[in-house]
Amino acid sequence: MNFSFTDEQNLLRESVEKLIAAEYPFEVRRDLAASETGFSRELWRKFAELGWLGLGIPEDAGGVGGGPVETAVVMEALGAGLAVEPFLATVVVGASLLKHGGAARHDGLARLSAGELQLAFAFAERQSRYELANVETRAEPDGEDGYRITGTKSVVFNAPAADVIAVSTRTAGRSRDREGLTVFALDAGAPGLHVREYRTMDGLRAGEVDLDGVRAGRGDVLGRTGEGIAVVEEAVNAGIVAACAEAAGIMTRMHRDTVEYLKHREQFGNALSSFQALQHRLVDMFMACELSRSMAYMAAVRLADPETEAAELRRAVAAAKVQIGRSGRFVGENAIQLHGGMGMTDEMPISHYFKRLVLIDSQFGDAEHHLREMAGTAP
Amino acid sequence: MDLVLNPEERAFQEEVRTFIRERLPDDVRERTWSGARMDKEGQVRWEKILNERGWMAPNWPVEHGGAGWTPLQCYLFEEEMEAACAPPPMPFGVSMVGPVIIAFGTDEQKRRFLPRILSSDDWWCQGYSEPGAGSDLASLKTRAVRDGDHYVVNGQKTWTTAAQHADWIFCLVRSSREAKRQEGISFLLIDMHSPGITVRPIRTMDGGEEINDTFFEDVRVPAENLIGEEGRGWTYAKFLLGHERTGIAGVSRSKAQIRRIREIAQSETSHGRPLAEDPRFRERLAEVEVELMALEYTILRIVSAMNAGTAPGPEASILKIKGTEIQQTLTDVLMQTVGYYAHPEHPPAEPGANVAPIGPEHAAGLSARYFNWRKASIYGGSNEIQRNIIAKMVLGL
Repeated sequence: MNFSFTDEQNLLRESVEKLIAAEYPFEVRRDLAASETGFSRELWRKFAELGWLGLGIPEDAGGVGGGPVETAVVMEALGAGLAVEPFLATVVVGASLLKHGGAARHDGLARLSAGELQLAFAFAERQSRYELANVETRAEPDGEDGYRITGTKSVVFNAPAADVIAVSTRTAGRSRDREGLTVFALDAGAPGLHVREYRTMDGLRAGEVDLDGVRAGRGDVLGRTGEGIAVVEEAVNAGIVAACAEAAGIMTRMHRDTVEYLKHREQFGNALSSFQALQHRLVDMFMACELSRSMAYMAAVRLADPETEAAELRRAVAAAKVQIGRSGRFVGENAIQLHGGMGMTDEMPISHYFKRLVLIDSQFGDAEHHLREMAGTAP
Repeated sequence: MDLVLNPEERAFQEEVRTFIRERLPDDVRERTWSGARMDKEGQVRWEKILNERGWMAPNWPVEHGGAGWTPLQCYLFEEEMEAACAPPPMPFGVSMVGPVIIAFGTDEQKRRFLPRILSSDDWWCQGYSEPGAGSDLASLKTRAVRDGDHYVVNGQKTWTTAAQHADWIFCLVRSSREAKRQEGISFLLIDMHSPGITVRPIRTMDGGEEINDTFFEDVRVPAENLIGEEGRGWTYAKFLLGHERTGIAGVSRSKAQIRRIREIAQSETSHGRPLAEDPRFRERLAEVEVELMALEYTILRIVSAMNAGTAPGPEASILKIKGTEIQQTLTDVLMQTVGYYAHPEHPPAEPGANVAPIGPEHAAGLSARYFNWRKASIYGGSNEIQRNIIAKMVLGL
């Protein structure tokens, strides 16, 4: 057992923190979130040069190696800087999908790692809520070796910037069957594929993806036909672990900002930090941050270990997501509360951290959903 | 002890219910139900309808144009209003400055201000908080210096809700350098159209701009706009805070929210079934309902005591704390009903807006409302301050 970071992991963390400190003051984040593309292509190239975009991708596929723990290290530091770059969508979830890549996507990982490819994963639908197998988008056979895909996908993160959009579809079975799912990688510009773009409350970009008879070939299938649930779950597990690390970074930053604010804000002739009731609240928030961080890295280690059994992994990932969801609300809401009216303003970074933190809860299933996964009580 | 309304009280309830059903404009009801932002024109239209009936100011004495109702009648009225999605009158005139003018104002001030509050021709806002004076209100710095028959006001107020719509602001100002803290504070009514006043909107995290910074630069205020005596403003402010407390619980509004959550949950799905049938969802909602019920019957105990002539004490802080906690929980539950659709920045849910919704129509504005409603445990004396009040005034600690 060794639940400590290696020297390399510490160096990786420091390099991300250094870049955030040097190039990502909050004003930059604010401007990027408001910009046309919603993030910085220039920084993305820099991420590529630093090797971060190849994390989790084997070296022989054009990546730099490493696994979920390294990814978590980067995500935690990006979370602390509230970066809007689509690392989660492209490097974590996207790469996980492309690893199953069909013939038509053979150079995808190398291009992704070089910063030349943006990905989005369209898996949720209006009726699905957080159920991954609840898929009604259909892929019907079309000709010798092709399909036509029809359906609408909900809240697809990074869809506006994506070059490739992976889509979970049903090639057999009924809406909630685990069998009969097939994942396709589609070019964002494919005829019949339409993205209604929008901003999200937390400053990111997403879209509703409408598929009107989009043509796909066998080479576009990720994983095996009819067995797509494994591909979907693998990608979502990777996404959950990374999002938990991001949330841990956000929480720690919000806690730190709140401690600082209370030290400097005076009321009744004393610094707010001198009031015991508020000190205890800060302590409870601190504990929630630490517990969340433990859970995020526990899940990352389980995910990294090929020996981890499927049931054990499911439990680890679900537990981490519950912890992060609950602690996120607690830390976030109290951070706003303790900032008083200032915490409500768009001007203060704390409110932006809060929005991202709250919305991470519902990304890949909220605490309620994953609690039932843990308990085995999902209907 | 009984919990049944007597025939007279029931008749009153029925009268209110019928009136609202018949007279509340559809577009105003629609806006309140959907949680869309307040719009002044619709609000004024509805307030004038209430005033025509004599119901604009339930708690004012009849001689000043109020309804002169008992606390129980006032409570029943609020219940019916909220249940029917009728927006309550803007609080700053009718519930806040009005009672202060009635209790401490001159006859001239009463003649001048009260009718225009009732008719909604004057809109008011509140000038209490300052950048350095939030929970510690008595540390405020906005100065009023006497100059002949005027005061000259300089300083800044913040979090001024609806300042952009307001004709008047009631302000706490420091009128004496010598006196310590509370003693040097006066209560001044200031015309928002006066030269030297600048209003700057504050954007909140939900994207709204309902609050403002209000700046005063050499604003000349006629001395006749002083309420009561110079230096006694703190007393009047405390009187006003007592008035703010009982309505702040928002029990009926929370009940209406629960109805809305149930309605939305009918058309949302969870595990292939309507969310409304999901046991976990139902249990969660039931938990909030229990808390709400406990709060409601606590209010009824206080209302009963008030009906018997006992003024509400500092126990009313319970209502602020629990009421806002429940409201906040409900905004969270509401947001969670729509799953991923909490994420988009939805096009504004304006009735008649010509933009296709993102996802289900009912999802618009739900997460914005959750973010916006974090304010409820901060405003009106933060919930930490309310706990201090209970600790000190009720428990004697």
